[in-house]
Amino acid sequence: MSEAKTAGRELSYAQAIQEAIAIAMERDERVFLMGEDVGVYGGAFQVTGDLVHRFGDDRIIDTPIAELGGAGVAVGAALTGMRPIYEFQFSDFATLAMEQIVNQAAKLRFMLGGAVSVPLVMRFPAGSGTGAAAQHSQSLEAWLGHVPGLKVLQPATPYDAKGMLLAAIEDPDPVMIYEHKILYKMKGEVPEGHYTVPIGKALVRREGPDATVVASSIMVHKALDAAEKLAEEGIDLEVVDLRSVRPMDRETIIRSVMKTGRLVCVYEGVKTLGVGAEISAMVAESEAFDYLDAPILRLGGAEAPIPYNPELEKAVVPQVPDIIAAVRQLVRKER
Amino acid sequence: MSSTAAETIAPLSGDNRPFAFRQFSPETLKTALRQMYLIRRFEEGAEESYMRGLIHGTMHLSIGQEASAVGSCLALSDTDQITSTHRGHGHCIAKGAEVGRMFAEFFGKETGYCRGRGGSMHIADVTKGNLGANGIVGGGLPIAVGAALSMKMQKRKDVVVCFFGDGANNEGAFHESLNMAAIWKLPVIFVCENNKYGMSVSTERSTAVANIAERAVAYAMPGVTVDGNSISAVAEAVHVATKRARAGEGPSLVECKTYRHRGHSKSDRNRYRTKEEIAEWVAKDPIGRFETELKDYGILDEAGIAAIRDSVETEIANGIEFAKASPMPDPSEATRYVYSD
Repeated sequence: MSEAKTAGRELSYAQAIQEAIAIAMERDERVFLMGEDVGVYGGAFQVTGDLVHRFGDDRIIDTPIAELGGAGVAVGAALTGMRPIYEFQFSDFATLAMEQIVNQAAKLRFMLGGAVSVPLVMRFPAGSGTGAAAQHSQSLEAWLGHVPGLKVLQPATPYDAKGMLLAAIEDPDPVMIYEHKILYKMKGEVPEGHYTVPIGKALVRREGPDATVVASSIMVHKALDAAEKLAEEGIDLEVVDLRSVRPMDRETIIRSVMKTGRLVCVYEGVKTLGVGAEISAMVAESEAFDYLDAPILRLGGAEAPIPYNPELEKAVVPQVPDIIAAVRQLVRKER
Repeated sequence: MSSTAAETIAPLSGDNRPFAFRQFSPETLKTALRQMYLIRRFEEGAEESYMRGLIHGTMHLSIGQEASAVGSCLALSDTDQITSTHRGHGHCIAKGAEVGRMFAEFFGKETGYCRGRGGSMHIADVTKGNLGANGIVGGGLPIAVGAALSMKMQKRKDVVVCFFGDGANNEGAFHESLNMAAIWKLPVIFVCENNKYGMSVSTERSTAVANIAERAVAYAMPGVTVDGNSISAVAEAVHVATKRARAGEGPSLVECKTYRHRGHSKSDRNRYRTKEEIAEWVAKDPIGRFETELKDYGILDEAGIAAIRDSVETEIANGIEFAKASPMPDPSEATRYVYSD
C-alpha cells in the first residue's frame, strides 16, 4: 500500500470505483474503459459519471450493444499492450460474452505457453434487490470462478471496491469484478489517492469464538447485522468477508473454522454448485474437519430465477433472519 | 465483385503484368513462392507425422489455400498483427514462423511455439505479430478489432489482418466486429478465406448472400471478392485495404474464394462434396499457377524452381528432426502458465 490517507473521508461504493478508474487512467495512459452508455450517460449505475469529460471519448469509449464483440475487443487490446477495463451494463449480459471470457481471455496465456498475458479487467454489476427481475439480477460469479485463468473478486465495501479495482488494473492477468448493485450507494471510508487491496485475501470483519460465517459481497453486511443481533443473545460470531472467489483464501477460512468449530456460508448466488459449495468442500477436506462441532451449513439463493415482486425477490436470497436462524440452529445443537 | 468496389491499381503504362509482378521485386516474389511451398510441404509433413503417430489430437490442413495466406501477408511487417483460425498453419508460416518450432508444437514438445500447451489449433508467434490461431470459429474477429484499437490508441501505423473462414461469417462475432471496426475506423483488414464449406455445410446452404464480401455494405466498408487461388489477386486486394487502413480510413473486407484439398479435419470422410469438384479445384492449384506466372514473366526457370523446392525439402526435414529430438514438457509443469508467474 502506498501512502494512503486514512482521514475519515466517505465515498459511495460507485464513487470509490470511479475514483479508482480515474487514478489508474491518470497514472497509466494504457488504461481505458469501454462499455455500454459509459460516456455522457455516465453508466447505467453512474459509475463512470463525468469521466468522459475528463478523459475524452477515446479513453471512455461507448460501445454498441454488442457484448461478445465488446469483450473480445477488450481481449485484443489487452493482448497488444493496452490495459482495458470493460464494463458490462448488467452482469447478466456477460452471458452473451462467455466465449471471449472463457475461451479466449482465460486461456490465451496458457494456450500460448506463457508467451502473452491478458491484463484485462471486467466489471459486472450483479445481484438482486432492484426489482429488475430475472434477467437483470443474477449472481453468476461461480460460473467464472470455475475457470482457471481468471481471477474473480467480490468487493463488499467502498474501500475494497477502490483498492481491488486498482489491484486488478495493475494485475497481469484477467480479473473479473462482481459489484453488487445495491452496494453502489453504500457509503464508507475511502482514503484519497492510490492504494491497492491484495487479490486473493479474505478479511475477518468481525472476530468471535462461537461460529464462522463466510459471506460474500452484500451478504457480508447482512452477516454483520445478524452478528449484532446474535450478540444480544450471547452468541458471538466471526464474520469472514470472502472478497475473492478465485483464488480463494483457504488459509484465512480454515484458520477461522479451526477457531470456532462451526461454519455457515452465506452467498446470494444459487445455493447448489455455488461458491458456498466450494468453501464447504474445502473445509471438509482440510485439517479443520476435525475441529467441526456441527455440520457445515450453506445459505444461498433459492433454486429459482429472481422474481419481480419485491416480497418474492427478498424470499429467494438469504436475509438477516435466515442467517440468525441458521446460526442458532448450529450453536444450540451443541449447547 | 461486391457492390462496394475497392480502389484498383492502375497498371504502369505498357505493363500489363498482374499486380504482384508490378508491385514486388523478383526477390520478394521468389520468397513468396518459397513460402507457398513451405506451407504445402509443412502440411504434408504434418499429415504424414500424424499418420505415423507422432501427432495426436486433430488438425485442419490448408493445402490448396496457400495463396490467400501468403498473398495477404506479402506487404506486412513484423509489427503488423494477424489473427488466425483453426486452419492456421499457413498464416503462421506466411507471417514468418519457423517450421521447426511449429512441428515441435504439433509433437507436443517444450520447444514448440506454445511449449506443447496449444498444439495445432493455438499455434502463434507473437514475436512476428501472429496473435494466434483459434479453436473457436469467429473467436479471432473481435480480438483483431481490439488489436486494431490498440494500434490506433498507440498511434502506430501498423495494421491487423484478421483471417477467418466462410463458416465464421454467420457468427454474431463477425457482425459485431465489422460494425465496431467501421464505426471507429480501425486499421483492420478482414480476410475471409471462403473455401466453400463450413465443415460439411456449403455456403449456398449456410449463407444468404452469394458473396460474403457483399456483407461489407452493411458495415459501410469496401468489400471485394477475389480469386483466392491467385496470389496476385489476393495481394492486390489486401494491398489496397492495407493502404486504406494505414491512412486511417478504416477497415475493409476481402473475400478470397479458394478450396481446401483435404477434408475439414482428420475425421472427414468427404461425404458432402464430389470427387469431380475436388479434382476441378486441384487443377486450379495456386502453387502451380504462380509457378507458371513466374516462368512466363521471366523471374524463375525450372532450375530456379527446383532449387527452391530442394531448399524447402531440407528445411522441412530439419524441422521434423528438430521436433523429434526436442524434449517433452515436464508433467509437473502441467498447470504452469495459467497465470503470470
